[in-house]
Amino acid sequence: MESLIGLLLAPPLLGAAVLLLGGRRLDRVGHWIGTALAATSFAVAVVLFADLLGRDAGDRTLTQHLYSWVPVGGFQADIAFRLDQLSMTFVLLVTSVGTLIHLYSVGYMEHDERRRRFFGYLNLFLAAMLLLVLADNYLLLYVGWEGVGLASFLLIGFWQHKPSAATAAKKAFVVNRVGDIGLAIAILVMFTTFGTFAFGEVLPAAADGGATETTMTLIGLMLLLAACGKSAQVPLQSWLGDAMEGPTPVSALIHAATMVTAGVYLIVRSGAIFEAAPDAQTAVIVVGAVTLIFGAIVGCAKDDIKKALAGSTMSQIGYMMLAAGLGPIGFVFAIMHLVTHGFFKAGLFLGAGSVMHGMNDEVDMRRYGGLRRYMPITFVTFGLGYLAIIGFPYLSGFFSKDEIIYAAFGRGGTQGWILGGVTLLGAGLTAYYMTRIMILTFFGEKRWQPDAAGHEPHPHESPRTMTIPMIVLAVGSVSAGFLFNLNHAFVDWLSPVTGIAEGDSPVSHLTVSIAATTVMLIGVAIAWWQYGRRPVPEHAPTGRWVTRAARRDLLQDDFNHAAFVLPGNYLTRGLVYVDHKLVDGVVNGTAAAFGGLSGRLRRVQNGYARSYAVSMFGGAALLIAVTLLMRAV
Amino acid sequence: MSTLTALAAETTTSGGEAAQFWILAPIAVAGGLGTVLMRRAVHSALCLAGTMVILALFYLANGAYFLGVVQIVVYTGAVMMLFLFVLMLVGVSAADSLKETLKGQRLLAAACGLGLGILLIAGIGQASVGSFTGLAEANADGNVQGLASLLFTRYVVAFEVTGVLLTIAAVGATLLTHRERIERNKTQREQAEERVRSGEQLPPLPAPGVYARHNAVDIPALLPDGRPSDLSVNPTLRERGQVREVHRQALADLAAIERRTAEYQGRAVTVTPPRRAGDAAPATDEGNDTPAAEGGGNGDHGDNGDNGRDNGPDAAGEEARR
Amino acid sequence: MSPENYLHLAALLFTIGACGVLVRRNAIVVFMCVELMLNAGNLALVAFSRMHGNLDGQIMAFFVMVVAAAEVVVGLAIIVMLYRSRHSASVDDASLMKL
Repeated sequence: MESLIGLLLAPPLLGAAVLLLGGRRLDRVGHWIGTALAATSFAVAVVLFADLLGRDAGDRTLTQHLYSWVPVGGFQADIAFRLDQLSMTFVLLVTSVGTLIHLYSVGYMEHDERRRRFFGYLNLFLAAMLLLVLADNYLLLYVGWEGVGLASFLLIGFWQHKPSAATAAKKAFVVNRVGDIGLAIAILVMFTTFGTFAFGEVLPAAADGGATETTMTLIGLMLLLAACGKSAQVPLQSWLGDAMEGPTPVSALIHAATMVTAGVYLIVRSGAIFEAAPDAQTAVIVVGAVTLIFGAIVGCAKDDIKKALAGSTMSQIGYMMLAAGLGPIGFVFAIMHLVTHGFFKAGLFLGAGSVMHGMNDEVDMRRYGGLRRYMPITFVTFGLGYLAIIGFPYLSGFFSKDEIIYAAFGRGGTQGWILGGVTLLGAGLTAYYMTRIMILTFFGEKRWQPDAAGHEPHPHESPRTMTIPMIVLAVGSVSAGFLFNLNHAFVDWLSPVTGIAEGDSPVSHLTVSIAATTVMLIGVAIAWWQYGRRPVPEHAPTGRWVTRAARRDLLQDDFNHAAFVLPGNYLTRGLVYVDHKLVDGVVNGTAAAFGGLSGRLRRVQNGYARSYAVSMFGGAALLIAVTLLMRAV
Repeated sequence: MSTLTALAAETTTSGGEAAQFWILAPIAVAGGLGTVLMRRAVHSALCLAGTMVILALFYLANGAYFLGVVQIVVYTGAVMMLFLFVLMLVGVSAADSLKETLKGQRLLAAACGLGLGILLIAGIGQASVGSFTGLAEANADGNVQGLASLLFTRYVVAFEVTGVLLTIAAVGATLLTHRERIERNKTQREQAEERVRSGEQLPPLPAPGVYARHNAVDIPALLPDGRPSDLSVNPTLRERGQVREVHRQALADLAAIERRTAEYQGRAVTVTPPRRAGDAAPATDEGNDTPAAEGGGNGDHGDNGDNGRDNGPDAAGEEARR
Repeated sequence: MSPENYLHLAALLFTIGACGVLVRRNAIVVFMCVELMLNAGNLALVAFSRMHGNLDGQIMAFFVMVVAAAEVVVGLAIIVMLYRSRHSASVDDASLMKL
């Protein structure tokens, strides 16, 4: 069975190679090749999953050592895979959602003449993501980490003819780079401390107190920085909103379901390190809590449907980060929420894509309205995803989110109350902004506008290749939570890897569920009060300062500009000034001095043989003088 | 000569040799200085020849009979004559201007010479020269025989190589001065046609000095209106600055004769006052011997030559019109 | 008489020749000054020959003469060529190497 692990990765990698190198002759079938290979990968994942299920709980870790990548003295980096319950969960999520989105893209990208290339990039992404979650050591994980970054860059900027897309791709790449530096530093420190990269050696050593707490805190903080970059957490969150410039399937797959959750994976995978560094753990919690509220507020204010969903993604990943920061109390639930979120958020994005598909690529929700009659399947699947994300009882969000809220209370003491309050507030905000999206898009009056070219939109249901994935994901959104909680199936499945602990929550499970549901209903009610009762204005009202700030992503870009860009500019200007005046002055001065000297020396070379003869005779005289002097001495 | 031989054969030097040295050495030095300081190259060559002859005497005095004779026959006789030939070819009387054109060259040369001399003399003084061993033993079989036995034994390779060197030099010199004709000779007809086509002077050039008082080759002829004709003198002479100007007095006399003739015949006086020829001719005043380039740079020679050539056809055209 | 006299005379002639090379502009005169220098060297060689009592110095002088003859032949040929093409025998006119 171990040998199958490599086979997980092979199909998408092959697909990327074939599609990207194959040239135009593959244009007609390229998308089906890509989809088939993604499906192959999923099939292999299912086989492996069945195999894992057949084993004992403690024996569910498969490793495959392909070859030694860098065997140099004490430095050992292998191409080796590790498939355990955590990886398996991710592999299933990535391949299943990935396959569905491949299928969806067949319809969505139908009229794009570069569709083959798009599928090549998607396959490349799948391969990199699988490498990331299957890696047996941090160095290989880093390769996958960079690979998904590259795929993300390529896909965000897929419509590179749009300057906004090209800029967004660049922004995502640069911001991710900051996080990647964190990961690089973490890996380097890890190597100097433990002398190895392998999970199987680093994590036990970290758990046994193999290093000082300061070192562990440093590693933890650097890992957190990496996670912040990849998962769009405060303070490296600014790229995610702009990344919505990419095609919608990309937003669904990469920027909702899979890649952005890689940060959570990293932290859960490195749980032992964070357990040894309480300060770093606290930092993770703070980042998660701040992002949770931050993303929710941004999501409330955006009129662009994809950006509102992006804010939501940020917020939901905040939940996961918070849970991951809680340690074993929250690890399992972070992953559970990650999986359910992967389903319903992918479904929501696909629904948004379907709406855009029918509305001439319009993204402003204020120009939607009343679409439920025109695209019923989209409406139903989107609605189910909506109910799942706001935590409607017995849908998947309800289970995973309530568990996180409960775990937040389980932190204990004042911190527990604060975190519980924040997560509850987040649940209310989630209900508010999702209801807002729902009402603006599918209910109310028609507010359609002709697009820039003057075409009236003719909303219509999307083709079957698009609706089938939406239906499948909607089913997943509805049922996943319930299935996971059946007999504690998910907890039992994952806990051997991540560990599980019971927090000392001051409130009971039932209380949390009731409170969360109440808050959710309040949020829905407020949203309905604001948007459902009366027609929505076609142009956004100015709003109060909070709204205006939230529309500008809570000034994150302005902050980055003021905090990094401007000082950088001033520094550069200063350096340029120094360079011009001082360095160039010295260099040019030297050059001028030599130039002047040469100009004078040049006159010696006047071309007159007699002048040269003088120097020859002078030289001869000098030689004689030296010889005589030497003899005299 | 026999006394000299006897002197050289002895190991100790006699007073006679000293007297010979002190008489001849200053003359040799004077010759060397003359070579450097004489303005005309011919004089320099003659001074050098004198020095060489004296050096030949010194060779003889030092027992180098063969070299002494070779010095006279080959150096003074052949090489110096070669120099003189070339001088004739280039222009025997063209004197060098002694005005230095390179800034500081004289000063530097003097410094170098002085330094070199002092250093050489210091070196000689420092070396343990000792006294003459004498060549009596080495010249026992005769100087030429002694040289020959060395030349054809120990130095035979060098000797052969110098032979090759001389051959190469001869071939090289021939090659350098030889101009290969790469096109066939023009026929007379072609030459004539070319001449007409180019608009050059067709009839013979005017002979020098015909209408002037003198008929020497270095005096230009006078045109009917009394101007001197540039075409009538050899351009080589003009280039060397050796053309003698027609005296003003002669021109005035000529004008007077014309006037008197006219009065006698009762015609109106139509003769224009004589003008000097254009500036193109080398501006030499009465002092014919003064070199043209006395004050100017070296380039003046070339410029003058060019002007002269350029003016030739023009003047011819003028005369043709007239 | 000691060899020193001859050597001093040779040094003097050599220096005079050197100065001539540096000062004169007529290529032929320059050449003659070079000849003067060579002759000065020959004089020293001959004096050495007598001083040491063997003929090697004279052989050297002989070779110098041969080389000088070759040099004169080629050098004068060059001067003639130069004069033909530039109508001048001044060494300063052949200053094409300057900037």
